[in-house]
Order: sequence, then C-alpha cells, then structure tokens
Amino acid sequence: MEDILAQAVEVAEEAEVFAVSSEETQVQFETNRLKHLQTKQQTSVALRLIRQGRVGYATATDMGERHSLVSNAVATAQFGMPAEFQLPAPSSYPPVAVFDAGVASVSNEAMIQLGEELVAPVTAHTPGIICEAEVARGTVSVRILNSRGGQADYRKSFFSLGIEGSLVNDTDMLFVGESASSCHPLSNSGEVAGTVLRQLELARNRASVPGKSLPVVFTPDGVASALISPLMAAFNGKMVLKGASPIGNKLGQPVFDRKFRLWDDPTVGYRPSSRPCDDEGVPSQRTTLVEEGVVAGFIYDLQTAALAHTGSTGNGSRNHGGLPSPAPSAFIIAPGDTDFTEMVQDIKEGLVVEQLMGAGQGNVLGGDFSGNVLLGYKVENGKIVGRVKNTMVSGNVYQVLKQVAAIGREAKWVGGFLQTPHIYCPSLSVASKG
Amino acid sequence: MSIKTAGQELAEVIGKCDADYVEAHLEESQTSHIIYRGRELDSIGRATAIGGNVRAMVKGGWGFVSFNDLNNLPERVALAVEQARFVGREASQLAAAEPVVATVSVEADRDPAAIPLVEKKQLMDEYNDIIWRTPEIQTSTVGYADSRKKVIFLSSAGSFIEQERADITLRLAAVATRDGDVQQVGLSVGSRGDFSALQSLHDEVAQMARRAVALLSAPQVKGGEYTVVLDPVLAGVFVHEAFGHLSESDFVYENDRLRRIMTLGRQFGRPELNIVDTATIPGLRGSYQYDDEGMPATRTYLIREGKLVGRLHSRETAAKMNEKPTGNARAINHRYPPIVRMTNTYIEPGTVSFADMVGDIKEGIYAKNWYGGTTSMEMFTFSAGEAYMIRNGKIAEMLRPVVLTGNVFTTLENIDAIGDDLAMNQGGGCGKGGQAPLPVSNGSPHIRIGRCLVGGG
Repeated sequence: MEDILAQAVEVAEEAEVFAVSSEETQVQFETNRLKHLQTKQQTSVALRLIRQGRVGYATATDMGERHSLVSNAVATAQFGMPAEFQLPAPSSYPPVAVFDAGVASVSNEAMIQLGEELVAPVTAHTPGIICEAEVARGTVSVRILNSRGGQADYRKSFFSLGIEGSLVNDTDMLFVGESASSCHPLSNSGEVAGTVLRQLELARNRASVPGKSLPVVFTPDGVASALISPLMAAFNGKMVLKGASPIGNKLGQPVFDRKFRLWDDPTVGYRPSSRPCDDEGVPSQRTTLVEEGVVAGFIYDLQTAALAHTGSTGNGSRNHGGLPSPAPSAFIIAPGDTDFTEMVQDIKEGLVVEQLMGAGQGNVLGGDFSGNVLLGYKVENGKIVGRVKNTMVSGNVYQVLKQVAAIGREAKWVGGFLQTPHIYCPSLSVASKG
Repeated sequence: MSIKTAGQELAEVIGKCDADYVEAHLEESQTSHIIYRGRELDSIGRATAIGGNVRAMVKGGWGFVSFNDLNNLPERVALAVEQARFVGREASQLAAAEPVVATVSVEADRDPAAIPLVEKKQLMDEYNDIIWRTPEIQTSTVGYADSRKKVIFLSSAGSFIEQERADITLRLAAVATRDGDVQQVGLSVGSRGDFSALQSLHDEVAQMARRAVALLSAPQVKGGEYTVVLDPVLAGVFVHEAFGHLSESDFVYENDRLRRIMTLGRQFGRPELNIVDTATIPGLRGSYQYDDEGMPATRTYLIREGKLVGRLHSRETAAKMNEKPTGNARAINHRYPPIVRMTNTYIEPGTVSFADMVGDIKEGIYAKNWYGGTTSMEMFTFSAGEAYMIRNGKIAEMLRPVVLTGNVFTTLENIDAIGDDLAMNQGGGCGKGGQAPLPVSNGSPHIRIGRCLVGGG
C-alpha cells in the first residue's frame, strides 16, 4: 500500500489508498436441512488522488495491478470533480469495540448446530412450513493511508443468524422471518426462532380490513420496510446540497412530532454497523438528526461537507466500491414510553404492520410510500385477531411522522442498520381487496 | 497469473477430487462508470477485478469457496470438497451434461471498454444538459456503467468454456420541486455492450424531465380496484415479477405444496396468454450461449395457451424434478454460486390494438414505465413511473406514480386483452438471493388487467 501511495504522490497533489479484505463463512439451510457451506475471501484496493485540483479514482482486486491503478486514477482525474476538501491529517479515533476474536473460533459444527436450533422449533410448531436459515461469521480488515500522514487500521468481526419460513396452502402463502447480528458470536437461536413462532401464532387466523383510513402500528421491522428509506435519503448531505431533500432547508425547524428523535451512531459497541472511523479516515461520531421533532443535522462526507461549509460527520462510505459518498452507519430512533400492548389496546379497528412489500418503489425522495402488507395483522377492539392479506398501506413519511400517536418503549435492531421502537400512527390510507 | 493459466492449473486438480462433482469459475472484468448528481460530476472511475470460485458436491451437499487471490488454488479446491463432504447427507443428483469445450468472444462493435471515457462522458454531459434546461428541475442524476467480463468455466466432467460478455446500463432521473413538494421521473436503458444503443435518447430525456415537472401538478390516484392497461415496459416487469420468479424451480423443487400449485398443465390464464423465457436471442442483455453450469441456453415456454407448460432449471432442480435442464443457472459474479434465474422473459404478442384495448374502459388507469417491482411469489407489487386516468375510452389526466399490487394467480386470470405490439425492455436488473443486479430483459405487448388493486394517497 505504501508503494502505491508513493507512486501516486509523484503524479498528484494528494492521494489516499483504501484497502479492505474480508473472509466470511456461511452455513446455509435449504428446505429445512443443511445444504451449503461457503467460504468467501475478498480483497480490494482503491486509490483516490487529487491531480490539478480534480479527483481521480480507480480500484483493483489485485495488488499486482498497482501500475494500472495509478494510471487509471490519473486518467479519470482529468474529468473528475473539483476537490473541495483536504484529506484528513493524522488524528486519534474513538475507542469503538467491533472485534471479538471469539467469532473466528466458532466451529462449523457449532454453526450447523445453531442452524438446526433455528429450524427445528419452527418446523415442529407448523407442519408443512419450509425454512431457509443462515448462520454466518466473518472478519473484515480495513486500512487507510493518505499523503497527509492520515492513517487508520482496524479489524471488525461479525456474526449473524437468520431464518425465513414460507407456508403454502394452495395459492395462499405466508412468509415469516427473523434475524440477528453482532460483532460477538451469537447463541440466541432460541430467541430468534421464538420471534418466528410468535408471528406464526398471530397469523394463524385470517382477518380482513375495510378500505379506509385506519390507525396503524409499525413494528420495528415494519418501520424498516415502510418508513426508513425516505429518511435515509432526506438526511443525506448530498441530497440536501442538491436541493432534493424535502427537509434540506428546514434545519432548526419542527418537521416531526415532538416525540420523534433520530440520530446516526457508528460508535455503539459490537454492532456490525459500527467502526472507529469512516471510509475516508474521519473519526466516527454520533450525529443528531432530529431532536424533539426539530431537524438538527445531516450526514456528510468530506466533499459534501466542504461544499456545505460544514465539517464531515464521519459518514463517508464506499459501500458500492466507488468514491466515498455520505451514507448512514446506523439510524437510531429513540424509544418512547408506550408498550406495544398498550398501542394495540388503544385501537378499535386498525392494523399492525410487520412487513410492507414494495414500499420503497414510489417517490422515495418526496417521502411517499405505498406497499402491500406482506406480514401484518388486523386489530379489533384492542386485540390482534388475525393476519390480513390483499391490503395496501399508503402514506407520506413526513405526514405520518408529523403526528405520531405513540412511540414504543423498547427499541430493536433491524437488518443491522436501524434500531427502532414500534411507531403508532393515528391514521393511514388502507386499500384492500376482499 | 492470468485466469487462463489458473484455469489450466485448476483443470488438472478438479478432475482428481474425491467428490461427486466439482466446477470452478474464473473471472476477469474491466468496468467503468460515470455518475452525475446534479450538474456536477459525482464519480468517474475505472476498475479491474479478478476472482474465482470452486464449487463441489458430495452426497447432495454443496461446498463453495470464492477468492480473488489466484494463489493456492489446489487448497481452495480441497476446502470446497471438504465443506461439501461436511454437509452432504444424501445422494447427489445433477441432470446429465455433455462436456463442452468452447470459446465465445465479444463482438468487436460491442466492446464498451474500447470506447474512450471522454466519449462516454460527452454523451452524459449532453443528457444532463437537456435535463437542466427544463424549467423547475431541481436536480438530476445520471448513472452510466459498463463492463466487459471474461469467465472461464471448468468442470470435473471435462468442460472448459471461455465466455466473454459486455453490458451497459444507463439510469437517468430528473427531480422537480415546488413549495416543498418533490417529484422524480426516471429512465433506464441498457444494452449488451452496444454503446450506439444509448446515443440517441435526447428526445426521451427531454420528455422525462418535462414529465417530472408535470407531476408537481398531477393528482394522486384514489386507491382501489381498477381496470389497468400496462405499456410493454411495465407489462414486461409484471411478467418478470409476477410470474417469472414462480417459474424458477429452486423455489419449487423441494416444496411439495408449491409443486402442487405449479403442476404442469394447470390453467393460469386465458388461451391467448403465452409466456417465454429464452437466452438464445442475440443482442439481448439476458442472452448467453452457456449458463454458469456450462449448459447450453434454451428457449422455454413457461405458459402456452394459458397453461403452465415449463419452468426454469439448474442441473440440480432438473434432476430432482425429473425434467429437462434449461440452462438457467446464473451467478452475478465469482463471489456467488449459480442459482436459477430468468434471462429474457416476455409475453408473446396477441391481436388487440391499443385503441381497442382502451376503447371500452369507462374508468381505468394507463400505467407506463418501470419504477421498481418485487414479489413474494404469491403477491407482487410493481410501480409505474408514469400513469394516466382512462376515462370513457380516452387517456385522460396524468397521475402521480402508482403502485399496483395483486395476487399472481388471480391477476394472470384477469389479463383479458393482449396487444399486438411486443417490445423488449433492456433497462432492468434482477435481484435474488443477494445477487443483484443481474442483466435480464423483459418484454410484452400492451396488456389489460381487470380488477387490479392500485395504491393511492
């Protein structure tokens, strides 16, 4: 890496080398039984340089190709965007614990055992259900070096459990599922399977809803599938700069319900979304986005922060193998003071939404969402009475979150990128087909 | 080490393994991308990548090892075999395959890597300028990506296939805003390496930008059931999402209850309905000569005269269902094992003209253009980038984007008119099992669906 940097600075004003290598082992169950054991090894190196004030960029998987790396990056620099930023000088990073050596020593046998513990209770509970399960462990090493002497070097471990079940009854299908992840080895297969059993219990009976406006409780998974992608776009500094965020000019203004608080936090210990620094070597920090309903901040990388005359929030991400770009690490919605059972008890007629399918397909920037309830339940007179089907829920995130009836007392991690409680909305448009 | 040399080295090793079957893929790719967000160039770059994998089967269990370091190949093979042995507990079943030794090259006029970056950038500049010239446009995105890839497939049965392919995608979006309201319209196109297919979109780009502005004054549809007419692009997404995924045998082959639903001969639609998947049409993004298990591409009728007559297979699903292999095992890259995927999927043209299709609709929706789509096998949702009310047989006011949802089985039955104007859409990419976007194409003539659930505000 040092030699790539040395070659690059000979032809550029500034340069940065980013190298990541990962190794992952996955045990996969198909149709209720063990089917695949996979190991994936990957390395890649990316060179970003600033030449005549413009950014050049190239990546390669092979250290042996470093000559073409420098020449490819130089070739793109003639068209590159003007660099408004400086690469970070050496700095100290917050202590963010993301590595547990125990992960690498979990044996294949133990992973298979965990997979069996995910599948067995579910198939015992519901005959005929078909489960897929995955147990995965891995490590990632990241190293960043730049021509201002900035450098970062960290290792991260991750471990995950997941199960999805599908139950077919003629042309009626039910989908259930749950997953968990950590930087520690996980052993809570019983808890994950237990969530699936609860879903199966609640979905046992069928219920139908009328097509009209109804109160809706989004479970944490429901929040993730219906409400979060518009917010992730709207708080992105790049969208704000382009004027494409509906809240970009609302800093300091009340846009959401007073009960709503949101922040981005890559410093939570032993979460796979955490890291001591971002992919540009900027120290990680917790960034407040909404405080008591008021827009309090946006997330930035170096370039967008410079253009917005502010500082990077340490959200430079190379998720897609390209140049760094602002991206959330993990969004966290603050818990409220209402139990899920209290929310349900409060509803005369309404819905609980666990999975909304296709919600992110519409006008995401504008906050509109509209999706089919893949997993959701009807509430009647304060009780969940059964699963709904052929039902669409539509709304606008900004209208929904402007007036929230209640926020749940307990928050849950969903999909590794969001920690959220239940959110209870007083009225949403529901369309259904009998 | 070149992947060819690595392939020759692997061929020596995998023939001698103590496994029921071993295959390997070696891949090298050159890619470039140009992204504008707003007026400014956001990212431009080139990348090269190499990598490979070894997949082994022992007693019905699969081991899979992927890597992008071409050293220690014999050890990777040994690990894959050891993993397969670790999970295998029954009998291996794979449909018979003739060993193939072949070389498939990219046509010289279809090599995006041969076109200078400056020429690609100039075209993107032109399109972005068109968007920005439109009043009330707040911002734009232009995302261009191309790849040229060479994959070597080899198997313990003696296959050694070198295949090259090229792919280009272009996604454009225009965002319009007024008084805090944000509306966007997108355009997705693609080609199998032919850059000239992207070079004359100026009028379409201008229309797209004007439509984004027009959406600001468009009403939301009132949610409910409507008669819906889909344009070829959206009908292509519908056939892919709503039916194509159900035809992928890996969902079906070990699921007895699903097998009962997907019984060959079952009536799914009216006799006018014919659905085909084929990788054999030259020049389409989903086409190839050999799939990632080294099987030759085929043309498969999924629905013929309204009846289920076929499905898509890998070697394993074909063997387990005792059906003919179709050559539909594909992987997006060397990091993933091949799984059953679609290629180019379309509804065959019928006889109804567009005017007749719309003519007797009192109140309905004309939905056009792809925005996105997803399926849970039984239920699907897909969204239209452009929609209009149909009133008294005429296309009426423009609507904000609509989301259509339904049950696959009843919706296919509810297709009551099939147009005479088949068109293929090359702008799509398919995701499954974490593998996205896979180059596919979809197509259809205009179709009419009765009683379709439409979500509104």
